[in-house]
Amino acid sequence: MTSATSPTSTTPVTTPARTSEEAAGGIGSSPVRPDGTTKVRGEFAYSSDLWHEDMLWGATLRSPHPSARITGLDIAGALAVPGVYAVLTHADVPGVNRYGLEQPDQPVLAEDVVRYQGEPVALVAADHPETARRAMERIRVDYEELEPVTDAQAAAEGKGPAVHPGGNVVRHVPIRRGDPRATADVVVTGTYEVGMQDQAFLGPESGLAVPAEDGGIDLYVATQWLHVDQQQIVAALGLPPEKVRLTLGGVGGAFGGREDLSIQVHACLLALHTGKPVKMVYNREESFYGHVHRHPAVLHYEHGADRDGRLVYVRARIVLDGGAYASTTGAVAGNAATLGVGPYDVPNVSVDCWGVYTNNPPCGAMRGFGAVQAAFAYESQMDKLAQACGLDPVEVRTRNAMSEGTVMPTGQVVDSAAPVAELLRRVRDMPLPAGPSGEPDLRRLPGGVSNTTHGEGVVRGVGYAVGIKNICFSEGFDDYSTARVRLQAVGGEPAATVQTAACEVGQGLVTVLQQIVRTELGVEQVTVEPMDTSIGSAGSSSASRQTYVTGGAVRAAALAVRKGLLGRVGHVPGELSVSGGKVVSTRDGVLADIVDVLGDDVLEETVEWRHRPTESLDPETGQGTAHVQYAFAAHRAVVDVDTELGLVKVVALDCAQDVGKALNPQAVLGQIQGGSAQGLGLAVMEEIQTDGGLIRNPSFTDYLIPTVLDMPPMNIDVLELADPHAPYGVRGVGEPPTISSTPAIVAAIRAATGKPLTRVPVRPEHII
Amino acid sequence: MRLNVTVNGEPKQADDVWEGESLLYVLRERLGLPGSKNACEQGECGSCTVYLDGVPVCSCLVAAGQAEGHDVRTVEGLADGDTLDPVQQSFVDAGAVQCGFCTPGLVVAAHDLLHRVPDPSDEEIREALAGNLCRCTGYEKILDAVRNAAATS
Repeated sequence: MTSATSPTSTTPVTTPARTSEEAAGGIGSSPVRPDGTTKVRGEFAYSSDLWHEDMLWGATLRSPHPSARITGLDIAGALAVPGVYAVLTHADVPGVNRYGLEQPDQPVLAEDVVRYQGEPVALVAADHPETARRAMERIRVDYEELEPVTDAQAAAEGKGPAVHPGGNVVRHVPIRRGDPRATADVVVTGTYEVGMQDQAFLGPESGLAVPAEDGGIDLYVATQWLHVDQQQIVAALGLPPEKVRLTLGGVGGAFGGREDLSIQVHACLLALHTGKPVKMVYNREESFYGHVHRHPAVLHYEHGADRDGRLVYVRARIVLDGGAYASTTGAVAGNAATLGVGPYDVPNVSVDCWGVYTNNPPCGAMRGFGAVQAAFAYESQMDKLAQACGLDPVEVRTRNAMSEGTVMPTGQVVDSAAPVAELLRRVRDMPLPAGPSGEPDLRRLPGGVSNTTHGEGVVRGVGYAVGIKNICFSEGFDDYSTARVRLQAVGGEPAATVQTAACEVGQGLVTVLQQIVRTELGVEQVTVEPMDTSIGSAGSSSASRQTYVTGGAVRAAALAVRKGLLGRVGHVPGELSVSGGKVVSTRDGVLADIVDVLGDDVLEETVEWRHRPTESLDPETGQGTAHVQYAFAAHRAVVDVDTELGLVKVVALDCAQDVGKALNPQAVLGQIQGGSAQGLGLAVMEEIQTDGGLIRNPSFTDYLIPTVLDMPPMNIDVLELADPHAPYGVRGVGEPPTISSTPAIVAAIRAATGKPLTRVPVRPEHII
Repeated sequence: MRLNVTVNGEPKQADDVWEGESLLYVLRERLGLPGSKNACEQGECGSCTVYLDGVPVCSCLVAAGQAEGHDVRTVEGLADGDTLDPVQQSFVDAGAVQCGFCTPGLVVAAHDLLHRVPDPSDEEIREALAGNLCRCTGYEKILDAVRNAAATS
């Protein structure tokens, strides 16, 4: 158990006292991140910073229509522009012109139809980005516009034209538990909507493709999973895997938005075609078209309970709009369905979730991945139930809270800590912020320095929410990571290197991997090598899984190296360990310096590590042990609402989360704070607005994300209830805080206004 | 066109600059200074913040020609050799850096704030950094970093 931060604290307070066995900078401490200094100096090489002698700039011509037939395509005008080196269309894709994370349904470049606004149609390589832009204006594409399919609900019901030959249902996930006809004394129903959220990572999609002498390609790119990119690129280019080599460029945030391909195949095509290095960088507008978003959702819920507020049944129908291509819609639907009743013990469950195709922007992974949408609905329902039963919102939740041993709606037994009630009690018992007193500071009021109120019409509200997330990949996926650890003497000191293909996207994985090696090898100097495809896959930096899975792989490799090292000492009395650069015996203390045991030799081990397997869901009943691990966070939000103008100021956003084991307490807090902020964004401001399939706000002027003025101070309680199945007991950290933050804030706005607020983001017109 | 500009104390010259290029583009693509970042290129995110004649500006909104003959200081010009500026060191120590894409702009904005207001209140820090978007940290540790830098410098 680590302690809470106070809003005014200036130093991290969760750093526990280091025990004598722990290596300096090992697990449980918060050493500075190895890339921190280069990042503050402006010297860290992001993928958009890459440069090569003689390089060209690539650009992408995109469809202006959400649905159209392409009846003509003429590139001659563009080719005639001085400084243009290549103009490519689907006819120039040498391999299979299809890719996709779950199913290859998306063309690298459109053929005869376009299915969303922004779909790539042609590529240009030129000597200057402006030359490329002007050349794109000279590509003539003839479109026959079609009526776009934009109604996801109708798509789920099989109505309307099919966006793809197989129909518009990407996946239907039913979950059935107990009595489907159960009845209850208290019944609450509601229909909820979640708008389309954007990951809004700051570093734009970008990369540099360099043609190689062997006819292959070297691609430097910002991504979340190098090997799944490589697989898709290989298929599109028609090259063997060894000729498509990827290295991670510096990544400016991801949050799910870099799971799907963006520039990868395009840059490689242009580079192979021109024989020159090609750099591609999206601008912010193009970025809104160039990656998938969080699925918008419509969720119909019915909760039945006894008069004491104990749940008897939950029935739900959830429709997720996947847009034009499948991306990860199937897995998102699986999550929304299996986690659809929330962290509660419910004997009778009937959930149906559909992920569908439309001609809206493609949707896929974003932090929280299906759990976010469901949580807004089930937590809104829990507040409704509390009201119907005359109960406090925390009380109704704790009465129904799941715990270790609970059977999920899928039949899966929860076999590690699930402190749902405890998390709720902790946020409830945190100190509340002071109310307004004296002359109000405009900067603390809704509307801020816009000077829209001096406190008149402002009402305070408090709301609670708790959420659940699966950690790691689910439903039988072979989810593994590969790690190589090397130990040798360098300049008379023991030094370790760790190599993986796991993408550092900002979360601090590079620090955690160093910490693990320090702890297991007793060596302070640990270097993390660049991430590339010269080693086996690490899986995705998604699903809050890298510390668990790649952390597990690195630990296993380090333990194998340690075994080799101690084996060289031979048989001596006592148990051997390594610490502070020395080999230590429990009986005789320090036996030798590690460097002396090593001599000139290098010890190296490579390990492929898997978490325990999961099962697929029964397609009729949704039964199956589908998830590796469950994680939980709870929030309490305090808001001030200007009830005359509908403006909201979030005054406090407090959080309690169980992380199993905080390998790096400072980074854990950073994840909770950042995740909570993204939940705040979805609650009150963030939505990609579409109209007839067209995006109306593809810019940071019109798509708002929280600023430092929007984000309140947070009290945070971090619990460390070890999961015995996970390395070090860790429980994934990144996603849970994004899930409960949104419904807690909306509950607080409801408490202040009495309005039903069934849609996020909440807008002023919903309040007044 | 040819552009003459002083960057981080050194006179620099760039040739064949297209008139539509921004100061940000010239710094990043022509002068080998990619530290200033290109997150929105429309003045909303602050990632490209540099000093222009001592005043912080979004370099994406400054036409390169407007910088002709002027003095620019970028994030690359804040440290004294191997010694980080106190603001930079505080960002590293406080955990204010995750993906780091917003960091150069925030470091310059915070550097400017502490130059003007050596001991800012939380409200003053928030107001000064309101033009800089960060998507990773939720800002809490950035506030810690600025408070620490104010306390130690």
